[in-house]
Amino acid sequence: MLKKKISLTIDSAPIQVPEGTTIMDACEQLGISIPRLCYHPDLSLQGSCRVCVVEVKGMGFYMTSCSQKVWEGMEVQTNSPDIRQARRDIVELLLDNHPKDCQTCERDGNCELQNLAYAMGVRARHFEGRRKEMPIELSSHSVVRDGQKCVLCGRCVRVCGEIQGVHNLSQQGRGFETYVAPAHGANMDDSVCIQCGQCINVCPTAAFMEKRSAGSVWEAIADPEIHVVVQTAPSIRAAIGEGFGLPAGTPCTGKMVTALRRLGFDAVFDTDFGADLTIIEEAHEFLARLKEGPLPMITSCSPGWINFMEKFYPELIPHASTCRSPMGMLSALIKTYYARKKGIDPKKIYVVAVMPCVAKKYEAHRPEHYIELGAESGEQGAASGEQGVKVPLTDAVLTTRELIWMIKCYGINFNMLPDGEFDAPLGLASGAGDIFGTTGGVMEATLRAAAELVTGKPADRLEFTEVRAVEGLREVYVAIGEHNIRVGVANGLENAKTLLDKVKANKDSFHVIEVMACPGGCIGGGGQPYPEAGFRVLDPALLRKRAGALYAIDSGKKLRKSYDNPAIGEVYDQFLLEPGSEVAHQLLHTSYSPKLPRGIR
Amino acid sequence: MSDTACACSTDNWEYVRNMSREVLGEEICAFIDQCCGEPQPESQLIAVLHRVQAKYGYLNAAHLDAVAQLLQVPAAKVSGVASFYHFFRLQPRGKHMIHVCLGTACYVKGADRIAQRVMSELGITWGETTKDGLFSLEAARCVGTCGLAPVVVIDGEIHGEVNADQVPVILGKYLKKAKA
Repeated sequence: MLKKKISLTIDSAPIQVPEGTTIMDACEQLGISIPRLCYHPDLSLQGSCRVCVVEVKGMGFYMTSCSQKVWEGMEVQTNSPDIRQARRDIVELLLDNHPKDCQTCERDGNCELQNLAYAMGVRARHFEGRRKEMPIELSSHSVVRDGQKCVLCGRCVRVCGEIQGVHNLSQQGRGFETYVAPAHGANMDDSVCIQCGQCINVCPTAAFMEKRSAGSVWEAIADPEIHVVVQTAPSIRAAIGEGFGLPAGTPCTGKMVTALRRLGFDAVFDTDFGADLTIIEEAHEFLARLKEGPLPMITSCSPGWINFMEKFYPELIPHASTCRSPMGMLSALIKTYYARKKGIDPKKIYVVAVMPCVAKKYEAHRPEHYIELGAESGEQGAASGEQGVKVPLTDAVLTTRELIWMIKCYGINFNMLPDGEFDAPLGLASGAGDIFGTTGGVMEATLRAAAELVTGKPADRLEFTEVRAVEGLREVYVAIGEHNIRVGVANGLENAKTLLDKVKANKDSFHVIEVMACPGGCIGGGGQPYPEAGFRVLDPALLRKRAGALYAIDSGKKLRKSYDNPAIGEVYDQFLLEPGSEVAHQLLHTSYSPKLPRGIR
Repeated sequence: MSDTACACSTDNWEYVRNMSREVLGEEICAFIDQCCGEPQPESQLIAVLHRVQAKYGYLNAAHLDAVAQLLQVPAAKVSGVASFYHFFRLQPRGKHMIHVCLGTACYVKGADRIAQRVMSELGITWGETTKDGLFSLEAARCVGTCGLAPVVVIDGEIHGEVNADQVPVILGKYLKKAKA
């Protein structure tokens, strides 16, 4: 049904918009962008920051354009000396109790509050009010909370609840003492936080940031005794260019590899290799589950999802694939297979993983992701008497943002770099590995492999566009040979709940479900670059561009199926023996356990 | 809901539920059960918190977590509500309840100086309880005895026309009683 049209004027220009349009949206149609802070189109309205106020004729007060709907005959003034002054005052009052440390703040240069202050013409700090005094909360391996920098816009509270369904954050206390925190003002690690980092993404300031790891990585690189190996997740190549002014969706694999070499990493490997390996192990596991259950099998690559499962849906743990994430698999091979091949003491190997994700920082610290050196075969550890020494599989995890900063810090002109190639043998990957970085990618890669496994014939198709859950949730049947596989794909955990509740209620008999914690999959991860001009955080248009880069890389490759990757074949021949073997189980698989506090879903 | 296809050995709901019921006790759990039988049980959050405070005198983290689980309202929200409303106490109530009246008449007669003195004598601020559990301090908004302003009410007993120097003397009486 067509909506009634409303006629109004904005800055004296007449315009007609459908009934129910907000003043802010009507202004957009005229090319007027109203400044804003707490507003986000994908989240519920809060209207608390007051930055978006406009003047409406006949009203005795300024109205928030984000929340006020237009009415017939409305006369809106978006720019007048008074309204500009009002907005500037509002921003100055926000700055009033904000620390004056822009130069040393991590958001310097891409802080929304800073940009707003500049745009509003704040050139002096007129008010000197009381500061919020609270310690920086550093308990989490992933997310750092600095309440002094919080402007109480509530975007983190809303993304955590509405997009991720976690509801870990809320405003606590009242008045000037109000602060955003988990229940009881607890540390992030003692809460139901799943470490996805979307609060970091939507935060306009530096009130939420990732826990930094660059320092220890610099240190390792500078130590000549240590062999520093880096691996990069699929989605890094699709987003890293944004940090250097390249248009969103520019594939940057070659430049990224060269940049990493110049930073001083001794070997540059591709997490895509780990993804190929995940596919083989997961397909093997899936075939076993088809016979013995339990079904559906739920993918386990996303550490945010794993945390969510352990806290919110622990009863579904038996459904989660026991496969480690691609990062974990590759790290395990680096410290065993690669170490042996190169004759390097695994204790002297430092594995850095560049991830689009802050939950990966947590994953790297999980006790299940430590290995006992030499335990996988006995020989090496036994020979040097090192059995019992536990080392992390992955020593440090950097986000895309941290890597961009490191490259800039080093003075590398990224855009001028020649293309480099990943190192052998753990750098060769199929296109199936690349698409892991976007929603439906793991599923599509699995289907490519499964089609051949099940039918015993070369797959007649490689692209399964029906599982690309760009809108957040897909439930489809995919025909493989004579089987009709019921497939579920979800990204964003609020979406995932729909599928998980069906599994719980034993409805719809899914065979396999892919869950990615973050909107759009890893390309929308909590460690990805803040959006460049023209895009907003969580912007579907931006996510499409990043996904487009991955699909372009995939379709440009000759090697598109994990089983065809000769490097994978070599690892099995020389080391792992066969999918699901004892060594494979020890190195490539893991376990999960219920965690408290239990989340409310 | 429990007979799903999954192996439920990793399900901790029964454990969490039983722990929560233990924390809150039968009576409150019965009320929560009744709320859960009606539409929108989450709208009864404040009513539940009132009952918990009436029973235990205050709301601690375990109480709030238990309410969150049994009412299925996110704990961050429960704690947000409890810490927002003035009525809810997050610390146990002291043996003696001090109300300093901040109503208009008391205020113009120097209630803030009296309040400051109480705070410095006891080392607590509004809504807090002394470490020995003896005193809690709350503000009152007019107790209707403006003729006696400024007024301090301790356990319902009114002390009128108080000046700041009398505060230690008044508190001393209660301290002496506690030691005896």
